[in-house]
Amino acid sequence: MRPKTNLRWWGLWLAMSLALAATVYAAIDSIDNPRPGAVDLLLRSWLLPGETSHGHYQIELACNGCHSGAFPSRDDVQAKCESCHAKDLKAADDSHPRAKFTDPRNAERAALLDATYCVTCHVEHKPDITLRAGLTLPRDYCVICHKDIAEERPSHDGMAFTTCTDAGCHNYHDNTALYEDFLVKHAGVGRLQADPQVRARDLRAVIEELGDYPFETYPPAPLAADAADAGSALPADAAIHAEWAASSHAAAGVNCSACHVPVVQQGALATAQWIARPDHRACTQCHGPEVEGFLAGLHGMRLKSGLPAMTPAEARRPMKADRRHDALGCTSCHGSHRFDARQAAVDACVSCHADAHTRAYFDSPHARTVAAAARGEIAPEAAVTCATCHLPRLAHDTPDYVRRTLVSHAQGANLNPPIKMARQVCLDCHGLGFAIDALADAPLRAANFPAAPRVHVPSIDMAVAREHAARAEDE
Amino acid sequence: MEKRIKHALRLSAAALGVACLSGAASAADGWSYKDIADALHSVMESDRTVYTRLIVNRLQNQEKVIKASEHWKDDKALVLPAQMFRYGAEMVAEKGAKFSYSLISEWPVNKQNAAKTEVESAGLKAIAETKAPYYTEETLGGQKYFTAVYPDKAVAKACISCHNAHKDSPRDDFKMGEVMGGVVLRLPM
Repeated sequence: MRPKTNLRWWGLWLAMSLALAATVYAAIDSIDNPRPGAVDLLLRSWLLPGETSHGHYQIELACNGCHSGAFPSRDDVQAKCESCHAKDLKAADDSHPRAKFTDPRNAERAALLDATYCVTCHVEHKPDITLRAGLTLPRDYCVICHKDIAEERPSHDGMAFTTCTDAGCHNYHDNTALYEDFLVKHAGVGRLQADPQVRARDLRAVIEELGDYPFETYPPAPLAADAADAGSALPADAAIHAEWAASSHAAAGVNCSACHVPVVQQGALATAQWIARPDHRACTQCHGPEVEGFLAGLHGMRLKSGLPAMTPAEARRPMKADRRHDALGCTSCHGSHRFDARQAAVDACVSCHADAHTRAYFDSPHARTVAAAARGEIAPEAAVTCATCHLPRLAHDTPDYVRRTLVSHAQGANLNPPIKMARQVCLDCHGLGFAIDALADAPLRAANFPAAPRVHVPSIDMAVAREHAARAEDE
Repeated sequence: MEKRIKHALRLSAAALGVACLSGAASAADGWSYKDIADALHSVMESDRTVYTRLIVNRLQNQEKVIKASEHWKDDKALVLPAQMFRYGAEMVAEKGAKFSYSLISEWPVNKQNAAKTEVESAGLKAIAETKAPYYTEETLGGQKYFTAVYPDKAVAKACISCHNAHKDSPRDDFKMGEVMGGVVLRLPM
């Protein structure tokens, strides 16, 4: 008997196939939408081939951020990696720059490990093989090129290649706190430096030297509450005026219009278009490098990628419930009129973050310095807040050749691997050896450094011993 | 003097122009691989000698107003001549130039700058003996290269004082004018 063809089933199959094809097409098509809506994001989420790493998960739905189209080449992807990371690698004097591997004399090594591409070592969407710092190679990858290291450095004989990148020894990219002469130079300092404090903030002091600061429109002279220039352009009550009048903005001559009116209209306020809720673009006018850092960091990277702002609800770290759906912008931490940097340095952080490290802060020796500074016992620059370590104050050279203190708002930049924080932050107050040991002690880090480190990394001892041996040989 | 500078500039421009045209131009207008390599090397060598003598040796060794240091950023010091040369080579590589060059030695401070290929080993030995350039061909990573190794001599006291004192240097008895290593320059064929 001839088998019976059920047309209804074939029809259903066809309809489902067409629906699937249409969905895939719509998802791929949505990739190019620079301002994606909820539907775009949902469609894109179906295309994700696997969970992304800690560094990229926030922007995983900005597919073009890494892939530059549906079918990018390796070089296209590399260009995207470099568009975000090249500047930091250059600043950290990358120990393994791409040029090292394009040199024909290293062709044999490049054939074993093609380090001319970031994705050789950092493959995304592979959670099962992703290690710290987004590494997706076995941890002993150094052996590929440095298997003879014990011949050059007998002290390394017998060391496992899985331990090279342990905190306090080596990094693949950033060795600015770990190179041998640096270790020797900073040997011998104990727990604290002689004068433990960070750089003072100094924007007010250098305003006149900054070519892009609008000091003609907003001369840096204190403004009283009745000098507010918003008039009836914006609904504002007395409390808002009082907050602004007590702020460092009013003290530095920054009037309402400086933030609430687009820069190009600030000369003609009567006809200006007032903005009720300015976003980070308004802050850029005077705080450009701070905003740049914010957009590069974990708080602002979604905005930079054209995605809706990050919310605590989407974080992988534990967050408090009551601010779960607050979209992150400058005012999330700074408040909209007070702009109190002290409030932003601890209170703002703990209003969202609920992990063990954050909760333990208040009982830590670091927190006690804040209390001591409030009592006037130590300088304000010796107080250690959350921001001291996570939004560190760095020496920043402006295009006008002015060196000023920049509060780096790229707060994830010094976290991974943890040793990056040693030079950027810890060394302001602590000896390098103490910092290396503390950062290598994972439980101590999680508990927010309540006591002295319980591990010891011998890198400084080894460097000093080698220095002594070399000197003895000279004599 | 001005004439001499103009002449030097013309020569440099010619060398760079030739570099851009690379091997393709070699047959067309009579420039051999050797000529191109020699031209490129003359620019590299001259620039570095000028930096070593007029900047590093003068300011560090003669006037003693600033030091040159391997860790020039941290030490707020001058870049070492060898670093200046390497940074140039890196920048050339970053620009995607067709040729490459590096500084190698039988007595390198950084062991990664020891000879890596057979040609490099033979070249270093040859230039130490003859004090003259060594030319050959080699294949690396499936690509054939015209490879030239030029003797790199101590042109200033700064060269020998640093290399003789460095704890990672295998030698402490370099003398002025001595071949300390070689510049290896590769043109794809």
